[in-house]
Amino acid sequence: VSGEVVAKPMKMRVGVDLVRVQEIERSLAQFGDRFLRRLFTEGEVAYATAAPGRTAERLAARFAAKEAVKKALGAAADGAPWRHIEVRRGPSGIPEIVLHGPAREAASAAGISEFSISLSHDGDYAIAMVAAACQGDER
Amino acid sequence: MKDKIRAILKEHGRLNKDVKDIGDKDDLLAAGLTSHANVNVMLALENEFEIEFPDSMLKRESFESIAAICASIEKVRDGQA
Repeated sequence: VSGEVVAKPMKMRVGVDLVRVQEIERSLAQFGDRFLRRLFTEGEVAYATAAPGRTAERLAARFAAKEAVKKALGAAADGAPWRHIEVRRGPSGIPEIVLHGPAREAASAAGISEFSISLSHDGDYAIAMVAAACQGDER
Repeated sequence: MKDKIRAILKEHGRLNKDVKDIGDKDDLLAAGLTSHANVNVMLALENEFEIEFPDSMLKRESFESIAAICASIEKVRDGQA
């Protein structure tokens, strides 16, 4: 039939990562600004440092999010700089993923246009889980 | 250079075995190097060797073994990175 669109099968991809908050505190103490600059965007640092007592747990959750996105993207995202995977807070305060540069290209090549992310922390640990709907069969 | 790398792995790598028992080509991920410990190792290497790894070298293969780390440091020093 002319004009018929055959939908490719949708697949889900997930990624999860767990980070010890104390280890992030240690990195901050040892490497300071260089640790922040290499891993996080200005917006992420601004959000994390806005609450002095919660900086490490916010950074830990964000680092976990970046790693979870890399896991969901698979081998294509190996080598994507952490700063290119950004956690932003949407208008209602819900975190969302914004990709830049090679990470964006890797997602696009995998047929992923959107991620859904959830962050949590309790005491010593922060965790992030991402889900992505992916159109295509490449992994 | 390998002794210095081993000392950094011991301090920052949080590995599941003694660095003395890790061969030059052994897989560091298999030895328990997590993604976050890998960041600390990378930053400590930069301090020790007074280099900065460019974004293009932030791949797993750059830090997958002691031999790979040596090669990565040489590459940055030679300006090939």
